[in-house]
Amino acid sequence: MSDIPDSLQYTDEHEYIREADGENEVLVGITDYAQGELGDVVFVELPQPGDRFAAGEAFGTIEAVKAVSELYCPVAGEVVEINEGLDADPALVNSDPYGEGWMIRLRIDPGATLDGLLTADQYASLIGEDG
Amino acid sequence: MRFDIDLTGEFTRRHIGPSRADIDEMLGVVGVDSLDELVRQTVPESILLDRPLDLPDGISERRLIERARELARSNRPLRSYLGLGYHGTLTPGVILRNIMENPGWYTQYTPYQAEISQGRLEALLNFQTVVIDLTGLPIANASLLDEATAAAEAMQMLFNARGGDDRMVFCVSETCHPQTIAVVRGRAEPLDIEIRVGPPEDFPGGDDAESVFGALVQYPTTDGAVEDYASLADRLHASGAGLVVAADLLALTLLVEPGAFGADIAVGNTQRFGVPMGYGGPHAAYFATTEEFKRRIPGRIIGVSVDADGDPALRMALQTREQHIRRERATSNICTAQVLLAIMAGMYAVYHGPEGLRAIAERVHRLTSALAAGLRRLGHTVVHDVFFDTLRIEPGRASADEIIERALSLGINLRPYDDGTVGVALDETVRPEDIEDVLAAFAPDGDVGSGDAGSTARTGESGHPDWAMRRSAYLEHPVFHRYHSETEMLRYIHRLEVKDLSLNTSMIPLGSCTMKLNATSEMTPVTWPEFGTLHPFAPADQAEGYRELFDELERWLAEMSGFAACSLQPNSGAQGEYTGLLVIAARHRDRGEGHRDVCLIPSSAHGTNPASAVMAGMKVVVVKCDDYGNIDVGDLRSKAVEHADRLAAIMVTYPSTHGVFESAIREITATVHENGGLVYLDGANLNAQVGLCRPGDYGADVCHINLHKTFAIPHGGGGPGMGPICVTEELAPYLPGHPLAEVGGERGVLPVSAAPWGSASILLISWAYIAMLGREGTRAATEGAILNANYMASRLSEHFDVLYTGEHGRVGHEFILDLRPLKKDSGVTDEDVAKRLMDYGFHAPTMSFPVHGTIMVEPTESESKYELDRLCDALISIRKEIERIATGDLDREDNPLKNAPHTARMLTADEWNHAYTRAEAAYPAVWTRESKFWPPVRRVDNAFGDRNLVCACPPMETYESH
Repeated sequence: MSDIPDSLQYTDEHEYIREADGENEVLVGITDYAQGELGDVVFVELPQPGDRFAAGEAFGTIEAVKAVSELYCPVAGEVVEINEGLDADPALVNSDPYGEGWMIRLRIDPGATLDGLLTADQYASLIGEDG
Repeated sequence: MRFDIDLTGEFTRRHIGPSRADIDEMLGVVGVDSLDELVRQTVPESILLDRPLDLPDGISERRLIERARELARSNRPLRSYLGLGYHGTLTPGVILRNIMENPGWYTQYTPYQAEISQGRLEALLNFQTVVIDLTGLPIANASLLDEATAAAEAMQMLFNARGGDDRMVFCVSETCHPQTIAVVRGRAEPLDIEIRVGPPEDFPGGDDAESVFGALVQYPTTDGAVEDYASLADRLHASGAGLVVAADLLALTLLVEPGAFGADIAVGNTQRFGVPMGYGGPHAAYFATTEEFKRRIPGRIIGVSVDADGDPALRMALQTREQHIRRERATSNICTAQVLLAIMAGMYAVYHGPEGLRAIAERVHRLTSALAAGLRRLGHTVVHDVFFDTLRIEPGRASADEIIERALSLGINLRPYDDGTVGVALDETVRPEDIEDVLAAFAPDGDVGSGDAGSTARTGESGHPDWAMRRSAYLEHPVFHRYHSETEMLRYIHRLEVKDLSLNTSMIPLGSCTMKLNATSEMTPVTWPEFGTLHPFAPADQAEGYRELFDELERWLAEMSGFAACSLQPNSGAQGEYTGLLVIAARHRDRGEGHRDVCLIPSSAHGTNPASAVMAGMKVVVVKCDDYGNIDVGDLRSKAVEHADRLAAIMVTYPSTHGVFESAIREITATVHENGGLVYLDGANLNAQVGLCRPGDYGADVCHINLHKTFAIPHGGGGPGMGPICVTEELAPYLPGHPLAEVGGERGVLPVSAAPWGSASILLISWAYIAMLGREGTRAATEGAILNANYMASRLSEHFDVLYTGEHGRVGHEFILDLRPLKKDSGVTDEDVAKRLMDYGFHAPTMSFPVHGTIMVEPTESESKYELDRLCDALISIRKEIERIATGDLDREDNPLKNAPHTARMLTADEWNHAYTRAEAAYPAVWTRESKFWPPVRRVDNAFGDRNLVCACPPMETYESH
């Protein structure tokens, strides 16, 4: 069973958002389940701070040895910081997806809604790990 | 019964593995009475060919060699000093015999199974190191198809890397080779890139410099000038564009390297590093670039990693760039490389070392300088002062025509330019007496004056101005210093060879790859000098043997595929796809329907299909497949109708990538035609059809043919390949042309390869294959492939789930074993099974294509019943091992599958701390006691290598510390 913290919100594309320090800011990464399915992550291509994305828009790509996936923005916003540490050590996505393996810090657009996101229970049932 | 007094069936018996008696027994296991019955249960009735192919009777091997000799005699290999990226070379005998003519090297497949490919991976790493050192750029790939397409790939890479930029102009120096300019133009057209040809001094242009994303120059130029491109590089970089340099590797041993004057990409041909010209190929092109572009490089890259014990091990790196993963978002459609030829070029550098290469280059340059001095003495003008091995001469006396005519009478080809000047390009085969002959051609009265070219070359002035001289060292790695004696070289080549599993060890059952016999008689003529030393742009009347061969082969291929015309130009299957789509687009344009740009591609298609469609300027619309891998005809119909106004084509593989003859194929082709599109048939699986059914008969308009699959060209460890296309009468006018040869249709699309007939010399192999098998044998080969696959599927179906069969429960020429159910109970993956097969002495089948978590087996007709049984036994034995894991008899983690492959070193270590025995690990089957193939490394850590890309030979300490 993969780790699905109750305190986070999820997309059906396997990204999560976690509350960050700044006002209206969140950290975005991929779930423990997603990293397990991908296998050893070898490269994460991230946007530039200042780039803006709509909800559901691709903000980057993640490469494992034999798979590559788009990363989708869970909620509309502006990138205020990227996790530079992933460049040197992309394996952080595997070892600590919810912590050191975060990808972008996003300032949520005023008026953007989090309604479409999933709770931990809903995400667990999406990946068939409920009950 | 008729006695085969003419030996028409002699070769068929050698080519097809099972004997007559075996075949009867195998039919019994499959459960049919005859081959004919099996064929009728496999191939849909509606497409079965109702007549024998219009091919000649087969001929014996002896007769084939006689015929090849006749063709060889019709070729006249002169001394060709034409240049244009192709040069005479002296292939060291130790490389010719032990690599180019050695099945231990040429029968290997692309090194997907790294653990049993370490030999050629090391040889390719040497090649990459040569390219990296000589170009002065830090990243190189393991070869591309030819220099012209490498230049086009460079353009495309810069184009794709523009990011949000809307720059659309690529500048090409007018002093590039004409075939390179033509291929680059062709590649630019569908992408709406504007090609601006002109003098590099004008690049990137004043007014609209910001619309230029890159520029291509030749170094030295096609007419021999060594130019200083440093300020060009600065100008391009200042305006945000990149510089591509097409550079001659031999010249780079003396001249300042592209990396030092600001090139972002260097490309070129490595042919003159010991690879025969072969009337156009095959040879390996190189591609080198900066760190910035490492994730955008087209083609395969060999990288250094470690194995399960932490020992150094090599494998293909950064595979996520490739089409089988990225599909329409891939960096390129290239998958076939020119591995065998890249290995030869790398070995040439290993054998000569840096001093040897420099000496070769200096000798050529000295002879060129002596020639220049002699020509000046004769009153001619040598146009460029700074040159390496190529001169452009403005005749001071006599006309260019007279000079070229005189040269011809002396057995020499010189290059005519449009403006009345003459070109001479020398190479390592040239001797002082050849220089005297060239001078004689330039002396209309026969008086070459008092000079002596030999002594001028030995003691005269030569060299290059300061700015042009190379300062940096190269090839300092020990591998380029250790093997300069023939004995050492022989052993080095052999040492690498035996690390790899080739067809001389066991069958290589790679689904969709078709690892059939590459018969010795087919291979023999390829290296004869009458075929090998011909320059691709030599006058047509010197290549009559080749022309006869092309005509016959084109006719045969068209007959077998059911089409009207054929182009032999594309150098790989993917290039064939791209060419076929260009031809389709040209036809639409000609009918005023140039807006047709939608290409339907089934979700089960090979990844090159969508990548090629994008290159041809088309938009990919994916068509669903049902649970059996067959095209969902309902979805196809609705998408064809939805896009009817813009429908250009469908790309369909037949039999499907799942190895099934879809019964709806006629309905599929008709639906596309009804909606204005044409049908591109991916001929990767043509080997299941020859003599039984023909793409042209069931509605295809274009079909490419992988000569390296169906028609016996060996895979060479990942190239050479050939992908000619056959087309209907309607499309024949659009077959690709070439600026330097009369070839293709009257409204032909621009060339797709540097040479007019692609890799001409290996066309001999396919020609020989068809000639020897003949009408009966080619069909028998197809039936044999279907029988072998169905026999194995029948034996294995008791132990594994065989996915996807046709209406009568038959597989085609290949079949898929589903391993996913086993993973749940045992944790064993397809990769574990693949690696465990190495312990049994086998190469794995194709993994996870076209279905994730499965393996696809293609035995081919050439494998005997004995060998098929051996592989079945190995797979069944592994199935039992998996069962033991599932029941707990073997540990879930510490078992022979998870730890596979097992090396001799691991087995002979003082300690053995595993939950199974050494014998279980290394000798799991009886035959391994008789003859054991030892994988040289344990399982390779792919992630480590991709996270830390190293694509040149690592320092020796890396090896010594282990």
